[in-house]
Amino acid sequence: MAKGRGIVRGIAGLVGEVFITVGVFLVAFVVWQLWWTDVVADAEAADVVARMESGTDDDASWVHPKEVKLGDAFAIIRIPRFGAKYARPVYEGTSRAILQRGVGHYPETVLPGEIGNYSMAGHRTTYGKPFNKIAELKDGDRIIIETVDTYYVYAVTGREIVRPTQVSVVYPVPNDATAEPTQALLTMTSCEPMFSSRYRYVIHALLEGEYPKAGGLPTQILEVSQ
Amino acid sequence: MTLSFYGLIWRILPGPKPIKLVLAAGLILAALYVCFNWVFPQIADYMPFNDVTVE
Repeated sequence: MAKGRGIVRGIAGLVGEVFITVGVFLVAFVVWQLWWTDVVADAEAADVVARMESGTDDDASWVHPKEVKLGDAFAIIRIPRFGAKYARPVYEGTSRAILQRGVGHYPETVLPGEIGNYSMAGHRTTYGKPFNKIAELKDGDRIIIETVDTYYVYAVTGREIVRPTQVSVVYPVPNDATAEPTQALLTMTSCEPMFSSRYRYVIHALLEGEYPKAGGLPTQILEVSQ
Repeated sequence: MTLSFYGLIWRILPGPKPIKLVLAAGLILAALYVCFNWVFPQIADYMPFNDVTVE
């Protein structure tokens, strides 16, 4: 009797240790997902942007959009609404691995400034959350895409929340498969609601102007309306 | 009779108590390091909340 109870207690102790271990493992995973992925992605994004801005293109830090390969950073995205210091590299491609590093350009869509729909995806939470404040964008807010030689300035025109399967939001003319594009548009996709993949939050914008980098960017473009 | 996985590790760790503490902390950090760099990224690929594209 006493011996049997001892075995039960021993096994209960082991099971308890397994539960504790699983619990600690799950907490560690949440910490990693919610905090550490941001630390890693923010550090890399800041590093890539700094390298691009410093102009040392020895390691091809500025790839011309026309010569871009999957995984290359070819632009810096700036959104004054997201903060004066907000600057993230834009990579070619929207694979899981690329989006864990930052903003990704849908390769099947046009390049910045071109007629059609230049489209990007970015995380809204975790992995540096580059599109964290996507739902705060107001009509008219500027989205600036800086390439090797040009600033392309887009202004937000609208937003929609769609199913993840609604690929028509990145069509040359959004949600119209047959229309011939006549405007240079920009589209951003992220998750909706936060911490879920049930829907996609989509922002559309229209090209407002382009400025050669040599001349700099008019300062009023960086101002944010209230 | 007590069965304990962690108790067994504690007994296997050599040295007096302070040394055991340092070694145990090292083991925990090593386990976390492996999780952060290899285990969690693999798991995250199967999580349902990490998709942001339309496809």
